[in-house]
Amino acid sequence: MLLLRIATTHVRNRMRQTVVSTLGVALGVGFSVAMASLMEGSQRDFMTTLIEAIPHVEIVDEKRVPAEQPATAVYDAVAFHGLRPLEDLRGIRNPTEAIASLRDWVHGDIAQRLSGQAVLRYSGQDLGITLSGIVPRRELAVSKIEEDMRQGSIEALDTTANGLVIGSKAATRLGADLGDTVTLTSANGIAKRFKIVGLFHTGITASDEGFAYAPLKAVQILFEKPDIINSISVRLSDINQASDVAARAEQQLGYKAVSWEEANEGLMEAFVVRNAIMYTVVGAILVVAGFGIFNIVSTIVHEKARDIAILKSLGFPESDIQQVFVLEGLVIGVLGAIAGCLLGFGLSSYLATVKFEVTTDVEMTRLPIHFSYLHYVLACLLALFSSAVAGFIPARKAAKLNPVDIIRGAT
Amino acid sequence: MTGAADQPANGSGSLLEARNLTRILPAVVPVTLVRDVDFKIGEAEFVAITGPSGSGKSSLLYLLGLLDRPTAGEVLIEGNKTADLSSADMAQIRLEKIGFVFQFHFLLPEFTALENIMIPMQKLGRLNARDQLEHATRLLSDLGLEDFLHRRPAQLSGGQRQRVAVARALANAPDLILADEPTGSLDSAATEQVFESLQTIVETQKTTVIAVTHDMDLAARMPRRIHLVDGRIDYDRAQ
Repeated sequence: MLLLRIATTHVRNRMRQTVVSTLGVALGVGFSVAMASLMEGSQRDFMTTLIEAIPHVEIVDEKRVPAEQPATAVYDAVAFHGLRPLEDLRGIRNPTEAIASLRDWVHGDIAQRLSGQAVLRYSGQDLGITLSGIVPRRELAVSKIEEDMRQGSIEALDTTANGLVIGSKAATRLGADLGDTVTLTSANGIAKRFKIVGLFHTGITASDEGFAYAPLKAVQILFEKPDIINSISVRLSDINQASDVAARAEQQLGYKAVSWEEANEGLMEAFVVRNAIMYTVVGAILVVAGFGIFNIVSTIVHEKARDIAILKSLGFPESDIQQVFVLEGLVIGVLGAIAGCLLGFGLSSYLATVKFEVTTDVEMTRLPIHFSYLHYVLACLLALFSSAVAGFIPARKAAKLNPVDIIRGAT
Repeated sequence: MTGAADQPANGSGSLLEARNLTRILPAVVPVTLVRDVDFKIGEAEFVAITGPSGSGKSSLLYLLGLLDRPTAGEVLIEGNKTADLSSADMAQIRLEKIGFVFQFHFLLPEFTALENIMIPMQKLGRLNARDQLEHATRLLSDLGLEDFLHRRPAQLSGGQRQRVAVARALANAPDLILADEPTGSLDSAATEQVFESLQTIVETQKTTVIAVTHDMDLAARMPRRIHLVDGRIDYDRAQ
């Protein structure tokens, strides 16, 4: 307590410099907190949008590794020459049975799809799209498409045999509207007429222009794949179970099952890199603030050389002298951290209220801010570490000062 | 060299002993500050260290007070060698057993007279906060400063500051007070006050006081004088 009192007395008596250094730390902590809140907010917002938009687990009609040749199972060493693998028909066979086996243990909703490329034609205009054949009731359970419906509904696909739901931008490009009849042509050249029973708008241009939904049966006929699907979407009660569920489903069905984490692995890595950059910038800000503290503590050491000699002559060991000046750095650091937390909270709160309109691929009307005590703890710890180091360097110098030299210099 | 190098002047046990004490400042041409100084000083002695400027008086005092380390020889306190002590151990001895008074008061400017005296007490931690306050107040009152307890050094006269410094040197009831020109910057009235304070300490508290001084009249009033010339003892005698 005595050393702290001496330290606080020193910094109090250099009020102007103390305030400037404290402000430096406060700005560092404040902006760090605001930046971290904004970065994590945007990450979470993006993740939420992403997780809502895609299935938590998607089982597709692919094998993770090519099928083993029967001969390799029989012989220890096999060499193949001029092998022509059987052109297998793509697709998940016996979908009813596969889905039923998943329902036994998966906690969540399951929907099947048959997707493929098709050309949408209306009044002489063509548009390439990805057409998905869905079971509307099940699709609604695994996706948020219902929330994006602007006109008509997904359920209308149940009542209209050749119903079609397309994106708002696709409709605009074709000049088609709800109730219009369009032609869909599959890659096999089969063409069928569909009636638009719904229009959706997700805000993502690629979806609004390039996706369409129709009843599963109609799409199976169009693609000539009766009783075949090519993906099973799973929406889980707990998204953290996605990897485990995917692994088990893959083992059970033999088809490739991809969790949302695996599907967005590149994105996750990008977030890690982005966070690393952010925390490097935050660290740099606080190191700069540390220079301010280094400056003031160095000045105090210089000015208080006589006090150091006095304290040493009174019987204060070097370690105490060092502690006094480290404490001075920390006192400024603590004051700066407290002010910085308040500033950071104020900035974050203000940013959270800022509204703006941007019309790009993803529409955003408000800055996404995530409030977390961890941002404050981390920024404060960094600030205190920076302060301690900034105080330690001049403190070590102070501790080594020879009191006799100082006393001689003064007399 | 004449005098009392082997025995304390009052014949009591040795509180402080210098054995062949030598201090040479390392430089291109080394400077000898103190050379082959030997003496013993007992309890409750009042000793003057005199000599011309540059004779090594202050350097000797810093060696005796364990603020500096000798190049050769050693200092013994209460018969204990100090040569091998760490700087932390030496600091602890200064805290417990030695009080310093310098030519300039060397008080901490941001603290009041009372706080300046309580700082070494708080560091030692022998007394609780209440007793520290009482003791510090009594020390200042004994030196006629009862009206200046809460004044900072800048608000005191030169003599008052120096008496506060004397009170601070007494804070932890040391066995030894080392005073380096304690009256060097004072007028005659203040000099008399400070000298009397030191004399009273020796007589009433049985504390040994070693004072470096240029003032021969003052030195003549002290029972023992060690006179240095060129870092060596010229004479050491009781008066």
